Parts: sequence; C-alpha cells; structure tokens
Amino acid sequence: MSVDTTAVEKKSLFTPFNIIATIILIAGAIVTVMRFTGGLGAVTNLDQNNPWGIWIGFDLMCGVALAAGGYTTSAACYVFGLKKYHSAVRPAILTAFLGYALVVFALHYDVGQPWRLTYPLFVQNGTTSLLFEVGLCVFLYLTVLFIEFTPALFEWLGMTKIRNIVVKLTLALTIMGVVLSTLHQSSLGALFTIAPSKLHPLWYSQYLPVFFFVSSICAGLSMVIFEGTLSHKPMHHLMDEEYLNNHDGLILGFGKAASLVLFGYFSIKVIGLAYDNNWHYLTTGYGAWYLVEMLGFVALPSFLYAIGVRDKNITVIKWAAGLTVLGIIVNRFNISMVAFNYQLPSAERYWPSWGEITISLFVVTIGVLVFRFISTRMPIFHEHPDYKEEH
Amino acid sequence: MLRRTFLGLLGAAGASVALPVSAKAGGKSFGPHPDTLGVLFDATRCIGCRKCELACNEVNELPAPDKKFDDLSVLDTKRRTDEKTLTVVNKYESSKGSVFRKMQCNHCLEPACASACFVKAFKKEHNGPVSYDASVCVGCRYCMVACPFEIPAYEYDEPLTPRVMKCTMCAPRLAEGKLPGCVERCPKEALTFGLRKDLIKIARARITTYPDRYVDHIYGETEMGGTSWMYISGVPFSEIGMREDLGTKSAPELTAGALAAVPIVVGMWPVLLGGIYAVSKRKDKIANDERVAAVKDALTRAGEEAEKKLHDELSKADVANQRRIEVEVKKAVEEALAPKEEEAETNEEES
Ligand code: SF4
Ligand code: SF4
Repeated sequence: MSVDTTAVEKKSLFTPFNIIATIILIAGAIVTVMRFTGGLGAVTNLDQNNPWGIWIGFDLMCGVALAAGGYTTSAACYVFGLKKYHSAVRPAILTAFLGYALVVFALHYDVGQPWRLTYPLFVQNGTTSLLFEVGLCVFLYLTVLFIEFTPALFEWLGMTKIRNIVVKLTLALTIMGVVLSTLHQSSLGALFTIAPSKLHPLWYSQYLPVFFFVSSICAGLSMVIFEGTLSHKPMHHLMDEEYLNNHDGLILGFGKAASLVLFGYFSIKVIGLAYDNNWHYLTTGYGAWYLVEMLGFVALPSFLYAIGVRDKNITVIKWAAGLTVLGIIVNRFNISMVAFNYQLPSAERYWPSWGEITISLFVVTIGVLVFRFISTRMPIFHEHPDYKEEH
Repeated sequence: MLRRTFLGLLGAAGASVALPVSAKAGGKSFGPHPDTLGVLFDATRCIGCRKCELACNEVNELPAPDKKFDDLSVLDTKRRTDEKTLTVVNKYESSKGSVFRKMQCNHCLEPACASACFVKAFKKEHNGPVSYDASVCVGCRYCMVACPFEIPAYEYDEPLTPRVMKCTMCAPRLAEGKLPGCVERCPKEALTFGLRKDLIKIARARITTYPDRYVDHIYGETEMGGTSWMYISGVPFSEIGMREDLGTKSAPELTAGALAAVPIVVGMWPVLLGGIYAVSKRKDKIANDERVAAVKDALTRAGEEAEKKLHDELSKADVANQRRIEVEVKKAVEEALAPKEEEAETNEEES
C-alpha cells in the first residue's frame, strides 16, 4: 500500500459514497443470512410461474453483457491491430474479470443448491442444455480473463519472469476470449429459444442468439466509454500520460464503431421482425414498449454516436454510451422479465422484492469497491515503470 | 506452439458440447419408443370430484392441503401445480357449460425440461415417465422456464435441499405392475392408462363414434413433439385453459439451431480471427517495411545529395583554390620580380 493512497482514504472515510456503500453492505449481509437460512422463498418474489427474477435478469443477463468490454477491447487492440487502444485494455479486462466473477458470485444466491454449481461440469454433463454451454463458457472465460489480468498483478508483485510468460500468451488468450464470448453471449439469448410460448413474439426469435451477440458488442464498446468517464475523475491521479493522451481518440474510435454496430443491430432486429411477420403486434401495448426500446435505446444512441463522432463532440458520445448501456439493461430485462410470461394475468406476474434488489445492489457495490481497490494499487490506468515501451 | 495447445483445448471444449448435438441432429425423428405408456384424459367424463388429487397426495406422501379434498369450492379459483400438489383439477366455464380438466406433467416424448437441464436430472424413461433425480439438481430452475405446460414447481422455502416437484407418472407403482394412483382412483373412468399407441386408437374411436360430443383433436398427439399424457374434450381446448399455439416442434428442435452453431463458432472463429490478426500484422509489417524503405530511401537520397554537395563544394573549392593559387603565384612572381626591378632601378641610379 503506497503512502498517497492511504492519505486519500483517510481524507475521504466519510464520503457519501462510503456511507452508502457501508449501508448496502450491511443490508446485503443481513439478506444473505436470510437467504441461506430461510431458502429462496424467504427473500424473493419468485414463484412457480416466475422461476427467474432480477438475479438472473440483472445480475446474470446484464452483468455478462456489460462485461463485454473485455473481449471487444482486447480484440480491437491485439487482433485488429489497433494499437492506439492499448491503454484501454487493462481497465476493460479488469472490469470484465470482476463482472464475470460477480456473475458467478450472484449465482450462488439464485440457484437452490450453490454447492453443486460445478456438477454440470464435473458430475453429469447436460450437453443438450444451452445453460450447460453458458456455464462451461463462463467457467472457461473467467479463467481466461483471470490469466489476462495477471500481468498487472505480477507487475505489482514484481514477479517479472512469470509476467513475461503470460504476456507472450496475449494473442492466444484474446482469441480464446473472443470465441468463448461469442458462444456464451449468444447462448444467453438462445436460452429463451426453448420457450416460444412464454416469450412475447416481438422479443422471441430464432435469431435471439445473434441479437444477443451483436448487442453485446454495442454494450462492450459503450461500457468502455461509459466506465472510462466514470473512473476519470476519481482515478485521474493514477492515469498516466499514455492513457490520458489516448483517451479522446479512443472515445472517438469506439464511438464510431458503436454507431455502426448499433445500426447493424437495428437492421437485423427489423429483419427478424419481418421474417416472423410480427408487424401487427406493433400496435399493441407491448408494441409501444418495443418501439420505445428500438427507437429510444437503439436508433437514438446510434444517431447520437454518429453526430458525436462527426462533430468530435466527446460529451455527446458519452451520453450516447450511457443511453446504450441503459438500453442493454432494458433489453435484457424485457426478455427475461417484462416480455416473459406475457400471457399470464397481471396478478401472476413477477415484481422483484426488496431482498432481491438489496442483493443486486450488494453485488454491484462489491464490484465497485474491488475495482477501486485494485485500480488504485496495480498498474491498470498507467503502465508499470519497468515495462514501458514494450508493445 | 503454446497457441496451438490453447486452441486445441478450446476445440476439445467445443467438441464436448458438439458431439451429442450432432448425434441428436442426425436422427431427431425416432418417434416414441413402442413401449411408451401413457394416460388419456377425457374431459367429457370428468366430474371434478378431486379424487385423483387425493390419491396423488397419498401415493406421493405430500403434505395435507389447506382445504380438504372433498371441499369442491377450491374449483372456483384457478390453480396450478406446485411443490405440494402434483396434480390439479380446474373448472372452466365453456360454451357447453362447466368443464373440468386435470393437469399434471404430460411426460413429453422429447421433454423440454430434460433438454433444458444442464445436469441431466430429467430423463425420459423407455416405458413413458419423465423421471427426476434430486441428487444432482442444482436448482437453476431452467426446467421451469422451459416447460411449455408450466408444470415443474420448486421448493422455494427449503433452505438446504430444495427439489423440483412434478408428477412422476407413479413410476414406482408402474414398476410393481400397479396403475398410477389417480387412474386407479378415478370413479368415472375419465382416465385411461395404457400403451400410448393404443390410447391414440381409443381416443380416435371415441371421436369417430361420437362426433357431436368431441372436438376432432387429440391434444398431446403432436403438441410440442407429442406427449405421453393426452386429452380429448367436448369443447375447444383453449376454453379449458390449454394453449393451442404451442406448435408441433419439440424442445430439442427449438434449440438445435443455437446448439449447432457452437462447433461452427469454435471451428471458424479462431481461423477468422487468426486471419484478421495476420492481415493486421501484415499491414503493420508492410507499413513498417515501407517506413524502413522510406527512411533508407531518404538516407540514400540524403547521402547522394550530400555527396553531390561535397563534390560541388570540392569543385567549387577547387576553382577557388585554383584562383587563390593563381593569385598567390602571381603575387609571388610579382614579389620576386619586384626587387629586381628595384635593383635595376638602383643600379641605374648607381651607375
Ligand atoms: S410436461 Fe413439462 S415437466 Fe412434464 S415432461 Fe413435459 S416439459 Fe417436462
Ligand atoms: S432446476 Fe434442477 S432439474 Fe431443473 S434444470 Fe436446473 S438442475 Fe435441472
């Protein structure tokens, strides 16, 4: 622990952030005890018709989508050879690693017998299940992300030899990361292809895997911009010249890509709509909400991104990124909760309980705290002095 | 070399996913096993007495219900199966008056629950029942998401060993040669137990003999790829709470496309990405080569120029030198001559 970080902590022990974080952590601990002593029923609003709530809809679905910055950034940098994005790789990898680790952590609350979470891999493989694919990929990708993250750790610990070995693996790891991400980002969408009778036709499609994959790229690009913006202020003193110099260029580049991919996503969604001939649903209540999602959270940010890039207006791009991130959450919520079980009367529909919301906040808070802990100590936003000028 | 090992591992991971899929995709229409048993429910015969519910409760040793089984007032509210009730009879007001319909697990021929479970806790037995093995269940509840008939229920209030609960078709009783509890107890023979293929014949015979009494459809013959438990009714099935929009595709067919994409992604992506990497690397290399060439070029050009300049300078210097030498020589000559003239002059003066 270096001197200046302790100084910072001492100065800001009673910041609003710390106070709120503490409250959430305490509440989370209480709900945790309730969950593991009273069962799922004690803290959730789940029931026989609604087996999945926000712990799947938010913690898993959104968590995985928003962690997509890891594979998009490292692919851009190492596979597509866009070296100028190099400075963004470490923060993105760290975010992705923490994101996935938290997804797995949160799953321990949701599944009935978390101590059996490894059964699908090591006891009996349910290979016909898309959930098996999700589980296998998340498990492998979490490992890959951890290895990709370790150079920062080894640099911090001063373990040069092993650090250099891991760095040599970068390309292989990146390609594995992209393959695994492609698979499980899309298989999360594919999970719902088994239930055409339960998911509203405007959201159900045989193309769900493709939709999920393409939108995860939008999510990844936008999260890198969005998160860069968030960490900019509190982490500014840790960011080195290279990071800061490249920051605006990176935002422009990612903004441009996001604009294009969002546009592509919009197009394939329309193709999906046309293919299933679902136009007539657009005039219903669900149709209106579908249009809000498509126009407000896909078309609009795509357009904003384009304007921002054309005018080199970083502020507009940042707003577009925020909107896209929100849009991804809206989309994953729609598929896992809003449009799911649409045929049930409203009295039988799901609404999250306070316990569930508390745990979701708890998980996010832990993520932010760990991110802060690591990025204030290890070379994330700056290069380690010993390894400069290497790439 | 390391890269190859990694991709090999990845390929193996992909193959483990891919193998059973291709096996499945290769022969998806085996049809039901010839010995598959089932039950036929005839909604025109059911009187809503709830005797089947009682039998099920006893056979499976389930906890006592809130209201006794002879209390028929529960029929006024819609119910579904839950962790304490594996079968339920509901009353529906239809175009032909009150109709009762029993519901329980339909023991699908290609069950959505089994295809969804990532630990294979569900299994379609050859003789009909879809069995459940609580000792491996993780409790992800994807089976509940997947089942199109909304049957599996979960023990949400069980902290340590929650199970998925659903009708077992009384598999233990079948093994002893007994009838399922509900079938045995039904006073009106609304339930008929037998080989599935025979049940279809019976159902068809009833429909053809009494065309006015039945709608011409055996629910479960093809729905979601077919079920072991089937229904005939005097009113359209949608009027007794059964979805008629499920289609005939079974759950494995619905997800086959997504699963089939796995080996393709595992096989193609590394190649594509490797290609893109090679291209970008090559672009870098070309750019680099060009840069090196340009520098060299510039250097040679600079060198040539320098040489020329030197040469020029030299020749210029030559000229200048020449001139300077000439001047010097001239000066020297002049100087050498001068004293003589002086001498001559003095000599002239002296003489
Ligand atoms: S009815 Fe549902 S629970 Fe029963 S076998 Fe079919 S999919 Fe499984
Ligand atoms: S809850 Fe149990 S039985 Fe159902 S899919 Fe998950 S692991 Fe399988």
